[in-house]
Amino acid sequence: MIQALAFYLFAIVVIVSGAMTISSRNPVHSVMWLILAFFNAAGLMVIVGAEFIAMLLVIVYVGAVAVLFLFVVMMLDIEVASIRAGVARYAAIGLALAVALAAEMMIALGAWSAGKIDLTRRIAPVDATVPNIQAMGNLLYTRYLFVFEGAGLVLLVAMIGAIVLTHRDRSGARYQNIARQNARRPQDATRNVKPEIGQGVQL
Amino acid sequence: MTIGLVHYLVVAAILFTMGVLGIFVNRKNLIVILMAIELILLAVNINLVAFSAYLHDLVGQVFAMFVLTVAAGEAAIGLAILVIYFRGRGTIAVDDANRMKG
Repeated sequence: MIQALAFYLFAIVVIVSGAMTISSRNPVHSVMWLILAFFNAAGLMVIVGAEFIAMLLVIVYVGAVAVLFLFVVMMLDIEVASIRAGVARYAAIGLALAVALAAEMMIALGAWSAGKIDLTRRIAPVDATVPNIQAMGNLLYTRYLFVFEGAGLVLLVAMIGAIVLTHRDRSGARYQNIARQNARRPQDATRNVKPEIGQGVQL
Repeated sequence: MTIGLVHYLVVAAILFTMGVLGIFVNRKNLIVILMAIELILLAVNINLVAFSAYLHDLVGQVFAMFVLTVAAGEAAIGLAILVIYFRGRGTIAVDDANRMKG
């Protein structure tokens, strides 16, 4: 009972916040609704016992991706008024396509729940005595080790790509030249003088 | 009243449809389109996790993690491209991105 209540709460909030994400006037509000959607999707995943993915969703999406979105939204200077200008023009075809897509997925769902499709093969059966996170770790570091390394490589390439794309050389900035600093000797830089009394120093 | 697999699939289907709709209706703002793509990937993740839980097979959750990885990389690269595009053109409207006539 409590599970059903929690499911409906999370499901309704995730759908409403998804709708608000795409229909919000202000991009900052869109990001906030997206964060709410991610939190509630994490709740949905906790209900079925996928704690690791739920925590990953909160940490990666809310902690990193949503903050990245927020940074970019605030860095770009977008006038809020003109954002909704073209909505009416594309709403009809967009809605038609969305309805077609939803109908297709419902038909697929009906075919699934009609019971003709039976997936009996288990590659990594769930062991009730092993916690979810431990089971995931066992699987990730044995069977899926190379795929896991590949995922790390994807993240590395994404990081390097983002840095390379947004990096720019600033003209007029003064950078440290370490070789020149090290090559500089005291006799090039300083001068011993013995000034006469009352004559001052000649620079 | 028990929550079955079909409940999760319906939620994921609605979320996926909403993401697709978001791509279509937001013609003036590329950032919201990227957020709609994130919504689509979230729906896919919900599907993978729901199937994984109800078929008692952990592989779905492992692949949900890989989808998450790709989504994070895609957001980083997409936003970087968005930033350099805005630097050059001063706008992020989709309709203005017509220099390549694609």
